[in-house]
Amino acid sequence: MAQLFENLPFENLYWSQMETLPREEMRILQLERLRKTVDRVRHLPMYQEFFEKTKLTGDDIRSLDDIRRLPFTTKTQLLEQYPFGHFLIPRHEIARIHGSSGTKSKPTLMAYTQKDLETWANLCARFLYAGGLRSNHLVQVSFGYGLFTGGFGLHYGIECVGAGILPAAAGNTPRQIMFMQDLHTDGLIATPSYAMNIAETVRDMGIKPEELSLKFAHFGAEAWTEEMRQKIQELLGIRAYNNYGLSEILGPSISGECYLQNGMHIQEDNFLVECLDPDTLEPVPEGEPGELVITNLNKEATSMLRYRTRDIAILDESPCPCGRTTRRMGRIIGRSDDMVVVRGVNLFPTQVEEALLRVEGVTPHFLIEIDRPGTMDEVTVTVEILPSHFSDKMSEMEEVRRKILHQIQIVTGLRVQLKLAAPQTMERFIGKAKRLIDRRDLHHI
Amino acid sequence: MKIKQLSVFLENKPGHLSAICKKLAEANISILTLSLADTQQFGILRLIVQDWEKAMKLLQEAGCVVRLTEVVATEIEDRPGGLAAILEILENANLNVEYMYAFTFHAADKAILVFRFDNPDAAVATLQEKGVNLFDSVDLYNLN
Repeated sequence: MAQLFENLPFENLYWSQMETLPREEMRILQLERLRKTVDRVRHLPMYQEFFEKTKLTGDDIRSLDDIRRLPFTTKTQLLEQYPFGHFLIPRHEIARIHGSSGTKSKPTLMAYTQKDLETWANLCARFLYAGGLRSNHLVQVSFGYGLFTGGFGLHYGIECVGAGILPAAAGNTPRQIMFMQDLHTDGLIATPSYAMNIAETVRDMGIKPEELSLKFAHFGAEAWTEEMRQKIQELLGIRAYNNYGLSEILGPSISGECYLQNGMHIQEDNFLVECLDPDTLEPVPEGEPGELVITNLNKEATSMLRYRTRDIAILDESPCPCGRTTRRMGRIIGRSDDMVVVRGVNLFPTQVEEALLRVEGVTPHFLIEIDRPGTMDEVTVTVEILPSHFSDKMSEMEEVRRKILHQIQIVTGLRVQLKLAAPQTMERFIGKAKRLIDRRDLHHI
Repeated sequence: MKIKQLSVFLENKPGHLSAICKKLAEANISILTLSLADTQQFGILRLIVQDWEKAMKLLQEAGCVVRLTEVVATEIEDRPGGLAAILEILENANLNVEYMYAFTFHAADKAILVFRFDNPDAAVATLQEKGVNLFDSVDLYNLN
């Protein structure tokens, strides 16, 4: 392991005093911020009906348990507000907009004020610092930059700590490794699957971990396993940390691991996180897996009440030996809907259905299969063709295939393998269709 | 002077082709010749059988996607350059070949080429004009 971590714990452990705030003080702060949030969002079109009917105001929220009197927010509701319906500020006050893929071809867009951007950078700085990032380091950001919150979120977090940044973005693995060797980068930011790709390329090129200067990496944006962590750590000679976030709330920043790597510390001064049974919407007993439901406590441009993330995880109330007082969450171990993350991109089976409806000659009967033969995810979509569109000419069949692939790529942003199936050969479902088989082994605890 | 060809959609999975052949065998339908075009994802089986109407009905009833196409069958001389001579005629007449396949009748000592054209009628006219021997289905099955 690189020298940075030889004498753990390192000095100056915490970036912010919020990380070690006594529990009681944290609860008081959360309650105060929750009340303000309620008063700020109650006139939004998507919450208006509820608050007019119940006459609830911030003053009615007497304890944190009163969160259960507030309405949930779903991705579908957010999509209905596209583009600006859920913004709490006028257009001219927007400092930035990010978004994520929606269930339809339109993304969910979230706004940030200048203060939100500062808050976000600070929250990312906390977990980066907790993992050992210091101002003398140079960090390679191999996340995509764009509407995706990962790239910019971590970028400004690193800047906030005062460290140097190489915004390498994703792709071109040999060049990434060249930078690691020539610039002696200390840290890596990537999706875990891309990091695995880099790590295996490093190994295949015959580069030993000690020849690199890498010390740590922060991975997020998709589910990964403890086995992947061990393998990446071994191949690159680093500590690999997990962090969690979603653009609907703020982006990466909701939680992140400290150097002990034993669960992600939730930044509770900014987020109120509930862990609920997705069917009953009642809290699960402590230590049981449940859906994370998150309420913004400190965001200006957009604020979600009880946003249903659909991510399943286990919360841990026990104090962490690192001294932080915040609750921790385990890695994401599943979804309460049928969304999957493929190569860092959210994929919903309904998106494939939407793509197929745009192509003549195919039925909306399909099956998505996801595998990870090596380090990269592979998606195979099997589609039923219509008898009327079958041709004895290969060129015409290939044209149908090309059209389907094109539409799937437009709607999902993913390149997939496409198989054609004969009519009436795919399973018909009564009730909820099972259109996805995920053979990746991602959801270990 | 055109021949009926059946094209059948094949999923690329084990047993699909043999199931089709078995269906035809059970009905005592003999396959005169066939060609298989395949990719990793799917295939197209093209069949020439004498009783194509019966075969088509049978396969459709079995759930297959079947399409009927007209193709042109020509005799070529079974010697080096035999195919080149025909292709030259087609090229000079600007006739586009979608695909083709060949087979031989050992009994009759003949080589037969099956052509799929965009415009089969124009192709028939051109080939006949150049004196190429074309088969209609009666000729073809009588050779057997």
